[in-house]
Amino acid sequence: MAEPMVEVFIFETRQFLEQLEQIALGSEEQGGFSEEDVNEIFRAMHTIKGSAAMMMFDQVSTLAHSVEDIFFYIRELKPAKVDATAITDIVLNAVDFMRIEMDKLDAGGTPDMSSEELRNYTKDFLRNMKLDNGHDPDIDLRKAKNAKKAGEAGGDAAAPAPEPEKKQYYIGAAKPATPAPAATGATSGGQHIFEATVFFQQGCEMEEVRAFGVVNSLKEKVKELHYLPEKILEDESATDTIRNMGFRLFFTTDMNFDEAKAELDQTIFLDRLEIKEVASVAELEYWPSQETIAITALENSEPIKPAMPPVQRDLPPAGRKPASAKGGDGAQMITVRVDKLDKLMDLVGEMVIAEAMVTQNPDLKGMELDNFAKAARQLHKINGELQDSVMALRMVPLEGTFKKMNRIVRDMTKKLGKKARLVLVGESTEVDKNINEHISDPLMHIVRNSVDHGIEMPEVRVEAGKEETGTVILSAENAGGEVVIKIKDDGGGLNKEKILERARKNGILTKPESELTDREIYSFIFAPGFSTKEAVTEFSGRGVGMDVVVSNIKSLGGKVIVDSEPGLGSTTTIKIPLTLAIIEGMSVSVGGSRFTIPINYISRSFRPDEGAIFRDPDGSEMIMVQGTCCPVVRLYDMYNIPDAIHEPTKGILLLLEAGDARFGVLADELLGVQEIVVKPVPKYISRMMKTTGISGCTLLGDGSISLIIDPQQVHNIIFD
Amino acid sequence: MEDDKLLMEDEDTQKDKYLTFTLGNEVYGIDIKVVIEIIGIQKITVVPEVPEYVKGIINLRGKIIPVVDMHLRFKRPGKEYTDRTCVIVIDVNDVLIGLIVDGVSEVLTIPEKNVVPPPELKASQNKYIRSIGKIGEGVVLLLDWMKLFSEDDQSLFDDMSGEEPSEEAT
Repeated sequence: MAEPMVEVFIFETRQFLEQLEQIALGSEEQGGFSEEDVNEIFRAMHTIKGSAAMMMFDQVSTLAHSVEDIFFYIRELKPAKVDATAITDIVLNAVDFMRIEMDKLDAGGTPDMSSEELRNYTKDFLRNMKLDNGHDPDIDLRKAKNAKKAGEAGGDAAAPAPEPEKKQYYIGAAKPATPAPAATGATSGGQHIFEATVFFQQGCEMEEVRAFGVVNSLKEKVKELHYLPEKILEDESATDTIRNMGFRLFFTTDMNFDEAKAELDQTIFLDRLEIKEVASVAELEYWPSQETIAITALENSEPIKPAMPPVQRDLPPAGRKPASAKGGDGAQMITVRVDKLDKLMDLVGEMVIAEAMVTQNPDLKGMELDNFAKAARQLHKINGELQDSVMALRMVPLEGTFKKMNRIVRDMTKKLGKKARLVLVGESTEVDKNINEHISDPLMHIVRNSVDHGIEMPEVRVEAGKEETGTVILSAENAGGEVVIKIKDDGGGLNKEKILERARKNGILTKPESELTDREIYSFIFAPGFSTKEAVTEFSGRGVGMDVVVSNIKSLGGKVIVDSEPGLGSTTTIKIPLTLAIIEGMSVSVGGSRFTIPINYISRSFRPDEGAIFRDPDGSEMIMVQGTCCPVVRLYDMYNIPDAIHEPTKGILLLLEAGDARFGVLADELLGVQEIVVKPVPKYISRMMKTTGISGCTLLGDGSISLIIDPQQVHNIIFD
Repeated sequence: MEDDKLLMEDEDTQKDKYLTFTLGNEVYGIDIKVVIEIIGIQKITVVPEVPEYVKGIINLRGKIIPVVDMHLRFKRPGKEYTDRTCVIVIDVNDVLIGLIVDGVSEVLTIPEKNVVPPPELKASQNKYIRSIGKIGEGVVLLLDWMKLFSEDDQSLFDDMSGEEPSEEAT
C-alpha cells in the first residue's frame, strides 16, 4: 500500500473520529440525538467503514459497520426509546478503539486488534434496543428502507441520476482513487470475456465491502473489469442492490472459463455464482465506452468523499457527481505539511537577520543615505508583514484542544459520581501550532485536577449552598504578546493547610512558613510527586502530572499561576508568549561582549544616581525603586567580563521584571532594540555551562553573536 | 545491504587520509572524514562559565559553532593567534566543533602499516592520541577525536547531573 494513501487515510479517519466524539458528547448533553446528529454520525461511520475496508483493515471496518447499524436503525425507524448515554458510550468506545488503531498505523504497525468484543456488545445492544421499542430484532432495515422506495434503487447506473450532494474539496490531500474501471487499462484485449453475477449469503452483512473485496482480488488477474453497481462504497443503495440483484461483474481476461469460475468461487460468503462467457463485449449488458471510462477516471481522480457533506434524507440513488463541483468552491483550503511551514519560518528568521545585516552594516556608518534609509524602512515594513503572515499560517484556534476537555470532564464526572459542566470561552483564540500541541497535556492535567480535587460531590455542593452541578470554565484570550489561558472551577478551592503539611513532609519548603505568600504555597502543587489526595484514583492522586504541567509550559516559555479562594474554587492561569522563534530584544554591551534581553521583561532603564546603589552587610547590592528594594546584579561580575564599566553612574541599569519580582542588571550601554531570532547555544557549550541565565544566542546585524539573557533564570539565581 | 556497501566504499575513499596541522612543534593528523571545513580565525564571542580551552562561539554562515583552543585543550600555555592560525570545523556525532590550531598543512595518506599505537606512558596525555603515523622521516600524531569530545562531554554531563537535583529542590 502506498504510503501517502495510508497517511491520507489516517488523517481523514482521525478527523472523523474527532467529529464523532464531539457529536456524541453534544448529543448526550442534549439527552438525545437530533436527526442531523444521527445523520452525521451515520455518515462518518459509513465513510470510515468504507475507507477502512478499502485499506483492508477489517477490524476497524466491521466495528464501524456495527455502530453504523445502530444509527441506521435510529434514522430509519425513529425508535421512541433511545438511551443516549449508552449509545454515546458505544460511539466513544468505538472512537477510542479506532484511535488506538490509527496511532498504531501511524507508528508503522498494523491495525489488527480484534474489535469483536465491542462489535458483539454493540450488536446485542442494538438487538435489545429493537426489542425495547417493540420492533422485530431481526428486522432487515435495508430491506425495509428499500421497500419504501422500491424501484428507485436499481442497477440503473448506466444512466444515473445526478446526486444532489454538496461536495467540499481539499486540494493537496490527494485521494486514492478507487480502482476505477479505467485503471485496468487496455480495452477488450483478453481472449475471454465473461459476465458474472455474485450473490452473497443472506445475512452476511456488509455486502458492499465484500463486493469490494471481490473487485480487489479480481482486478489483478483481469485485463479490464467493470461492475454494477458502479460505485460500491460511495453509494448507500449499493448494498441493497447487491443483496437483491447480485453483484454483477464484466471482465476480459486471459483466464479460461474454469479458471475464472474457480477464482470467483473463492469469494467468502458466496451463496451462488452465475457466470457465462460471451464472444464479444458488445454482447455484454454493461460495457462503458472509452468516453465513459474517461469521465469516470476524471471523477475518480478527484476526492471521492466529501469531508463532511450535509446529509440529506432519502438520498436518491447515487450517480455521477455534478461536474461543475470540481472548480467552484474547491480551492479554499489547502493541506500543507508542517515541516514546510517550519522551513518557511526558519527562512523568514534568517531574513530578519539578513535585513539587519544590510541596514545596520558597519560600512554605512557615518554616511548620509536618505534614499537608502527610505528603502530600508520599506524593506523593514514588508519583512514585518511577511513575518506576521508566516506566523499567521501556523496559527490554529485552540478550539480543538479545548473541546477535547469535554470528553475528560464527561468521563471523570461519570466515574466519580460528580456533576460538572465545562464552559469554553474564547476557544477561537489562535495560537502557534507548536503551542497548541504542547498545551494539550497540561490542560488535561489541570482540568482533571479541577474536577477531581476541586469540584465537590453533589451533596456537598448542595449543603454548601452551591448549585449541584459544578462548573469548570476554560477560557483563552490574547493579552499583549501573550496568550492567557485560565482554568477556573467553582469547587472547594485548594486547602492551604494540607498543601503546607504535605510540603513540610516532602521537605520542599524553601523559606519559613510565615514568609510564604498564598501563591507560593499553591505553587507547591506543581512540585514533582506532590499530591494532597489521600486515595489514588484512576485520574489523579499519584502526584504525577502537575509537574508535567509546569515543565511543558516552561518549555514554551510560559508560566503558571494558581489562585484559590477557600470554598469558592480555584483558578489556574497559564501565560504563554504568542510566538517563540522571533522576539524583540534589547541589545546591551558589557565590555567587549554583547547581551540581548527580551524586551517584555524590561520595565525601565536608567542611569543610577551617585550613591543610589547600596550594599547590605553581606555585600549584596540593591537599589530603591518606587518604594521597593530591588537587588542589583552587575553583568560583568556575573559573567567575568574584563574591561567593563564598573562605575554604575557611567553605565546603565535595566530594571527587569520576572517571576513576580524586580531586579536590576548593570550594563555598559544600550545598543538598541532589534528583532532577534533565537538560536540555541551549541550543545557542546550548553552542557558545560551551569545555570548562567543564558537561554540562547542570536546573530546581530553586524554578524556578531549576542547571548540572550533569560531574566527568569537570572531571577532564580538571585533569589535562591 | 546495498547501502552498507555504498557506505563502505565511500568510507574507503577517505580511509587512511588525514588532514595534518601544526600545534607548537608537532604535526598532528585528524581523519579527513570528520573535517567539514577550514576557516581562518575570526571574531569569537566569549561564553561565560566554560573551561578555559573553550574560547567561545563563532558565527559560520548563520550556524553557531563552539571553538576550542587545542593548545589549551592539551593543557599547554596558549599562543597568540596569527594570520596562520586556523579553525578546523569537525563534525563529531552531528555536533559541529571548531578546533583552533597553529596552521594546517596538507592532506596525507598514511597506510595502516605505517601506523603504530602510542606507548603506554603513565605521565602522558596520550589518551587523545589514537596512534602515531610515520611519514618518511617525520611522525604525525593521529588525534582520537571521538575521545577528545564525546567522552569528555559525557564526563561533563555526568558532573552536571550530579548537581542538578539539589538545584531543582531549591
